[in-house]
Amino acid sequence: MFPAAFDYRAPTSLDEALSILAQHGDAAKVLAGGQSLIPLLKLRFSRPEMLVDIARIDGLGKVGRDDGHVTVGALVRHVDIEASKELAASAPLMREAAHWIADPLVRNRGTLVGSICHADPAGDWGSVMLAMHADVIARSRSGERVIHAADFFKGPFETALKPDEVVTEVRIPVGKGPGGGAYLKLERKVGDFATVAVAIHLHLDGGGKVETAGIGLTAVGPTNVKATEAERALQGKEPTDQVIAEAARIAAETAQPKDDVRGSAAYKKDMVRVFVQRGLKTAVARAKEGRR
Amino acid sequence: MKVSMIVNGSERSGDVEPRVLLVDFLRTNLRLTGTHIGCDTSSCGACTVLVDGEPVKSCTVLAVQAGGRGITTVEGLATAAGLSPIQAGFHEEHGLQCGFCTPGMMLVATSLLERNPNPTEEEIRWAISGNICRCTGYMNIVKAIQHAAAAGQASATAPREKAAAAAGGE
Repeated sequence: MFPAAFDYRAPTSLDEALSILAQHGDAAKVLAGGQSLIPLLKLRFSRPEMLVDIARIDGLGKVGRDDGHVTVGALVRHVDIEASKELAASAPLMREAAHWIADPLVRNRGTLVGSICHADPAGDWGSVMLAMHADVIARSRSGERVIHAADFFKGPFETALKPDEVVTEVRIPVGKGPGGGAYLKLERKVGDFATVAVAIHLHLDGGGKVETAGIGLTAVGPTNVKATEAERALQGKEPTDQVIAEAARIAAETAQPKDDVRGSAAYKKDMVRVFVQRGLKTAVARAKEGRR
Repeated sequence: MKVSMIVNGSERSGDVEPRVLLVDFLRTNLRLTGTHIGCDTSSCGACTVLVDGEPVKSCTVLAVQAGGRGITTVEGLATAAGLSPIQAGFHEEHGLQCGFCTPGMMLVATSLLERNPNPTEEEIRWAISGNICRCTGYMNIVKAIQHAAAAGQASATAPREKAAAAAGGE
């Protein structure tokens, strides 16, 4: 299999990339690691006239840290996230999630930013970004735009990005109080897409009550799903077994899975409940240990 | 468009359409048919090659993306002096049956031992988790990689000389 013909440009500066996109609009598609886009091109589900390969632009491959945030650049690969000492210290949930993505060879090329721009509702990073309240930073020739993860995913394979925009990085608040996270994924075999997966991230206040909670659900709706009602059920409360069980029940109600080869809708819904319950317990224990 | 890359140590170039996949460039343009096409959907790992030392699935990389990079295919493992340590391990431990997955398995293993000369069985199994053996011969594949590691043949400093010695210069 090979893709339909396209023109290919590999600009070496972001400005050049933005000019090409401004000129070609939605006939052009941005290529980073290509681990989602190239399969789509080969299956001819996508037939762009032009690919803009951003891999040769300097400065997009960094994991950074500023006051209260970590940033992950557009060319940071899953394997870089697994190996990052900065993320291991400040956002270990990301390392845990990276390990679940595809297989080691795909992780050597695929990127976090590419994955969220692809916006597969069964993608893992979308849920992690929702749970961590990340911001997506998009650039075009008219400037920079900050899109909250909660506003980014619009539908299956559809995002809030405009055709002339490139995501340069995601920016993730790491919080000051004790925090903890967990990524739980059910898959049929190693490297498979999720049957169901759940990302949890929370911070506790000085008194041990939940200050902020984030819950993202994978493969149970038209996009990665933010379980807003379940998050609210935790806010300001002491995370007792009862409170956690109630939040998990609400999260399962938010999920809208479909019957498919990976399982029935009822089974997936119940797995959301089980995973949210388990994940919250793990995240609370980690926050108490000061593990984040 | 013109693309050039270092393949198994020598500069190779060709004139390709941007849509040409790296695996097709290697097999068709360069006639390096040791890299196999299996599933063609980045599931099986038969097309694994090393790009700048890291294993990737060459059915899911465009040739133009690999421009200027260093590529290692299975043809680049042995030298005139003999088999590479990993190849010797596969030979000794019956690490192949039909052989279809073998180039990919050996390249993944080569990269693993470069980074981690003494992996646990668990680490080996994770490293090859993107590569499928259709004969299900995983037990011996793991043993073959352990053989190469145990022989201490895969040191990053001088793998080929040591390999040649271990393989008896065959």
